[in-house]
Amino acid sequence: MSSSRGRASSVQGRANGPLRVLCEVLSYRRIGNYHSLTFVAPEMAERAKPGQFVSVGVEGDGTLLRRPFSIYAISRHGPWAGTIEIVFDVVGPGTRYLSKLAKHDAVDIVGPLGRPFPMPQQAVDCLLVGGGYGAAPLLFLAQRLQQSSLRVNIVLGAATQNRLFNIIEAKRLSAKSAFTTEDGSFGTPGRVTDVLDRMLAGGTVGVVYACGPMPMLAAVTAIARDHKIAVQVAVEEAMACGVGVCMTCVLPVRRDGRTVNLRACVEGPVFNGKKILWAQLGQPPVMQMATGDDAFAKGPVVTAVVEPRS
Amino acid sequence: MTAVESSPRAAHRLRHDQVDTRVSLSADPSQPLQLANPIVTASGCFGSGRELERFFDISGLGAVVVKSLTVEPRDGLPTPRMAETASGMLNAIGLQNPGIEQWVATELPWLHELGVPVIVSIAGKTVAEYRELAEHLRDQPGVVAIEANISCPNVEDRNVVFACRQDATRKAIQQVTSVADVPVFAKLSPDVTDIVTIAMAAVAGGATGVSLVNTLLGMAIDAESRRPKLAAVTGGLSGPAIKPVALRAVHQVHQALPDLPIIGMGGVSSVTDVVEFLLAGASAVAVGTATFANPMVSLEVTQGLPRWCAERGIATVAELRGALLW
Ligand SMILES: Cc1cc2nc3c(=O)[nH]c(=O)nc-3n(C[C@H](O)[C@H](O)[C@H](O)COP(=O)(O)OP(=O)(O)OC[C@H]3O[C@@H](n4cnc5c(N)ncnc54)[C@H](O)[C@@H]3O)c2cc1C
Ligand SMILES: Cc1cc2nc3c(=O)[nH]c(=O)nc-3n(C[C@H](O)[C@H](O)[C@H](O)COP(=O)(O)O)c2cc1C
Ligand code: FES
Repeated sequence: MSSSRGRASSVQGRANGPLRVLCEVLSYRRIGNYHSLTFVAPEMAERAKPGQFVSVGVEGDGTLLRRPFSIYAISRHGPWAGTIEIVFDVVGPGTRYLSKLAKHDAVDIVGPLGRPFPMPQQAVDCLLVGGGYGAAPLLFLAQRLQQSSLRVNIVLGAATQNRLFNIIEAKRLSAKSAFTTEDGSFGTPGRVTDVLDRMLAGGTVGVVYACGPMPMLAAVTAIARDHKIAVQVAVEEAMACGVGVCMTCVLPVRRDGRTVNLRACVEGPVFNGKKILWAQLGQPPVMQMATGDDAFAKGPVVTAVVEPRS
Repeated sequence: MTAVESSPRAAHRLRHDQVDTRVSLSADPSQPLQLANPIVTASGCFGSGRELERFFDISGLGAVVVKSLTVEPRDGLPTPRMAETASGMLNAIGLQNPGIEQWVATELPWLHELGVPVIVSIAGKTVAEYRELAEHLRDQPGVVAIEANISCPNVEDRNVVFACRQDATRKAIQQVTSVADVPVFAKLSPDVTDIVTIAMAAVAGGATGVSLVNTLLGMAIDAESRRPKLAAVTGGLSGPAIKPVALRAVHQVHQALPDLPIIGMGGVSSVTDVVEFLLAGASAVAVGTATFANPMVSLEVTQGLPRWCAERGIATVAELRGALLW
């Protein structure tokens, strides 16, 4: 354990890896239809990378579990030493609680959690594809890619205009951008996948990064595969612990020639999209978790059996 | 003087480091088992240990109880595997685990090196599998006890859970104790008419003690979609919602079998929860679901317990065991 700097009142954890911090809320604001919360967490901001998430303690209505949110932005400088910002949609008791927090309130955060987006190994153009609030981690990524002098193109999609997250920021951070809405209220009517072929034309894009609903990620992966381009997706699975101990967040992934049941919270949430068995999501898995040091990644293939609970 | 002594809140405050936190988990002199403190982890709520070692030094815990291991590696059930319910959660993981052989090869040495006592949870689908699992654990350094998770379907008995039948309980436990070289705890299900008779059956099978309780079978439904919230339809209920049931089970078994060591669990998330389980008759207390809400919680209660005792002048944690006034 270490003691805190700044205004955060307690920091638990080790010299590297995730922390648990009781943070002070610096600001709460609305961005379109979304809510944003910025809290003071210098040590956590120092460690956070695009694609990682934080899990936030919530109260009310008999809630027990933390709620996971992608990191949207960090600042490592300024009078607050270091802050983290998340963006969310109010969908239930946990997010309703967060939407009522105000400046100076305390909020219990664990993070940064999960595997970040890998940065490109070569100087290639990058296409970032976000659905709804899935844009949040991508805009954080866009900043990092820009800092690495890489050309960034962005496609954002949503059902309707006020569900597109941060059009202005997306335009600012990209060389080329496109927007889609299913009701045609902004940009191209339709879905992100309808404009991908156009955005990939020219052949300079070397990697696609995507975050959004699972069917969107599956469709984006299929298009990237057609174009023979690398694709990294950040998935969203229901999580009980967010730290790898409960096994609720698994999805079937091909690794080392085998199918393994990996935890989205520690082996993900970012995966190589081409390795995910999209058709098998929610189906009885036919694979095995892994043990050992190397990111819990390997394990023998086994056949499914009748399972007890727990 | 007498008044002070009979009061549960004794007069003299102690320093927390003056409190003796050691507890005994075996009354059998041939297989003694003492833990440095009564806090252990609940099986399936602590991963392999590596995950939480990223947060804190897990070797300060009384012991770790690992995710139930099976003979073959298991894939587990389809997702969604979890549903939050009022002050609790349902899980239907399906014992996803690497299989006992791989675990012994890769995980046990690591835990042993850390120096934390390891209680190995095993789960079989036949009586014979319990024996096979226990055989893998003979002469394994670091293993201080076996917890036989018998809240599992018995494929030889129409998938009826072992722990729901006295006969199956006794037979499964007998298979484990016949080969084990460490104390054996039978982990029981609260979904029974009379948990005392099941505990007695475990004792008849040679169990050193019992772990109380596993999850309660439950269900959650989404009214809009008309679907069960879990892919497996039903799942195990855990968390604060089940604490009263768990305390009742510990109390009943302790009253009937006062010498039987009990590892109590169910909704423990604070030092006072721990004390309540000790008072009901537990010798050690496992922290489960609370770890999902706070990864540090087992460390926090381990550090908080001696402070709680010190403030009340309680010199030994062991004296709280079964000290319920009623
Ligand atoms: C890695 C990750 C990153 C996420 N990032 C964001 C983000 O940046 N912005 C945002 O608005 N939302 C994000 N989500 C989804 C967000 O966690 C849920 O919307 C939130 O937990 C809902 O909580 P609630 O109490 O308001 O709703 P409820 O629906 O009542 O939640 C009940 C339970 O279901 C779980 N749950 C519900 N919906 C989801 C979901 N879509 N994904 C995972 N678990 C769910 C909750 O964690 C909780 O345990 C993310 C989820 C994951 C896994
Ligand atoms: C996600 C999850 C997985 C579990 N896995 C196991 C298991 O593999 N073996 C076992 O004996 N108990 C298992 N349990 C039950 C716990 O060990 C414990 O008995 C129960 O959850 C009650 O304690 P709690 O309320 O503190 O969680 C599991 C519980 C949860 C929530
Ligand atoms: S959420 Fe618990 S293992 Fe991923």
